[in-house]
Amino acid sequence: MRLALGPILYFWPAQAVRSFYEEVAAWPVDIVYLGETVCAKRRALRPDDWLALADRLAAAGKETVLSTQTLLESEADLRTLERICNNGRHLVEANDAAALHLLGGRGPFVSGPHINAYNAATLQWLAGLGARRWIPPLELSRDAVADLQHARPAGIETEVFAYGRLPLAFSARCFTARAANVAKDRCEMRCEAHPEGLMLHTREGQPLFAVNGIQLQSATPCNLLPEIDALKRLDVDVLRISPQPQDTGRIVTAFRAALDGAAPPDLRDLAPDGFNNGYWHGRAGMDWEAP
Amino acid sequence: MAVVVRKPELVCPAGSLPALRAAVDEGADAVYIGFRDATNARNFPGLNFDADTAREGVRYAHSAGARVLLALNTYPRSAHWARWTAAVDRAAEIGVDAVILADPGLMHYAAVTHPQLRLHLSVQGSATSRHAIAFYHRQFGIRRAVLPRVLSLAQVRGIVERSPVEIEVFGFGSLCVMVEGRCTLSSYITGESPNTCGVCSPARAVRWEETPDGRQSRLNGVLIDRYAPGEAAGYPTLCKGRYRVGDATYYAIEEPTSLNVLELLPDLLACGVAAIKVEGRQRSPAYVREVARVLRAAIDTCAADPERFRVRAEWGAALDRLSEGRSHTLGALHRPWQ
Repeated sequence: MRLALGPILYFWPAQAVRSFYEEVAAWPVDIVYLGETVCAKRRALRPDDWLALADRLAAAGKETVLSTQTLLESEADLRTLERICNNGRHLVEANDAAALHLLGGRGPFVSGPHINAYNAATLQWLAGLGARRWIPPLELSRDAVADLQHARPAGIETEVFAYGRLPLAFSARCFTARAANVAKDRCEMRCEAHPEGLMLHTREGQPLFAVNGIQLQSATPCNLLPEIDALKRLDVDVLRISPQPQDTGRIVTAFRAALDGAAPPDLRDLAPDGFNNGYWHGRAGMDWEAP
Repeated sequence: MAVVVRKPELVCPAGSLPALRAAVDEGADAVYIGFRDATNARNFPGLNFDADTAREGVRYAHSAGARVLLALNTYPRSAHWARWTAAVDRAAEIGVDAVILADPGLMHYAAVTHPQLRLHLSVQGSATSRHAIAFYHRQFGIRRAVLPRVLSLAQVRGIVERSPVEIEVFGFGSLCVMVEGRCTLSSYITGESPNTCGVCSPARAVRWEETPDGRQSRLNGVLIDRYAPGEAAGYPTLCKGRYRVGDATYYAIEEPTSLNVLELLPDLLACGVAAIKVEGRQRSPAYVREVARVLRAAIDTCAADPERFRVRAEWGAALDRLSEGRSHTLGALHRPWQ
């Protein structure tokens, strides 16, 4: 089983992104997804900058994949999408049907977690379009993934979102701008002040969601590290770790060690509010079922 | 000279035969319905149609010159696949005028098995750009796409201009703030989502409590909101609760409010949308009747003379009475909302 680093879901300054990937080059991670998947207004790095970063990581021996935006609204969004899909050098992760429109039938691509592949017929269809790897929708359970593993077409790899805050929803509205009482068109990139999102609590103080611009994430990180044996038994090919500003290297190292047969290291100190794994166990996503 | 505009169809919801009749009687051009199970995104207890009532609904609508569209717009998991394909077969056999689908695998099945069956791309299909719509058209021959409620008016116009298929937009009803088909807030809290189970914030997970601090609504134990005495309490969907972000407690996602596009009707007609849809298959026949009546009058008035169109006070008042929070919004169509 290989390890992948998902795209950075937050808005970090260009220098922070570059330093992050300089470290990544030395981490025991096999695949690196790069690019802006959340908000088109985040332009600290342009498509060409992402391509240059991907080139550097590829030269360092990583398999590189350029991830595309999930919610596409404007003609400018489509132009950026076209630039990425036509990059000619790196594999592309489709997160919307518009990307499938540009990638389908033109060689291999990755079908991302926001392409709704819930059943074997859809997976078969994606494989026919050229999907070489797919990431199941985050709300699919172990049993549903197992059903699809039995039915999956030859030549398509399965990658499971294994660690990080789950991207749960996308909107036209920016909830970070709303929290600052400004309109999205005048947001002045407020999300840059929140490198791991802005916590939303219930009125009883329960952490519920992390606000990340137009995206809402789970407040707690999903953690499937204790499930590694089950993931191996299911013939899952790749595990995805979603980047966070701190400790991502430690998480990668922990997964690598567990994949190599060591007892899964304890990561509890990374999540003061706990982890979730409810989706994997067929329950409410926020739940945690102790291993 | 008067501007010639295409008059969009009025598409109304029906969760029961009486609601379907009410919509047709008030002049709906089409009514959309669902079967009584998880194959559609309004899988609520006591709602929806079995094969016999669906057949009767089609007969009633067709005799009045109206069409029936059938929503099969959830995403089947492999273990339940046969139930969804059987629903497509049943829809074709009953003679509905189109099926509204979201799942690509199911669209493929429908296109291959029932090539004569007209396919509409559901709002749950999350198609927000002309590329996405062109893709589903090329892949499965869809004839219409329903746009998620995340686009500005200018973006809707741009899509209609370049779309190879008809475009349907929401005109009135509950407002999904998130891109439909890509929202798992409900399953994150309850285990059931619109995509998998056809429900958002399922009633079985809702609990109301009277406490010294006021009335409280909970969803699977999670506090959605607390209401002061006399304060109107809405249905506890996750995106309409009050939460704390930083030091402020407020409607951090969206207020309880309804979408109402009446004031944009001239623009929507001018840009050529094919259909205007009313949300609310879970609503009563009386609700459907009233909304259909107002929308029918508004669309007809607007089409007759778009330049002089004004929203009549009585229409606005009638719709506000039926709205969540008794207020309305243009949602994402109006850029500052975003």
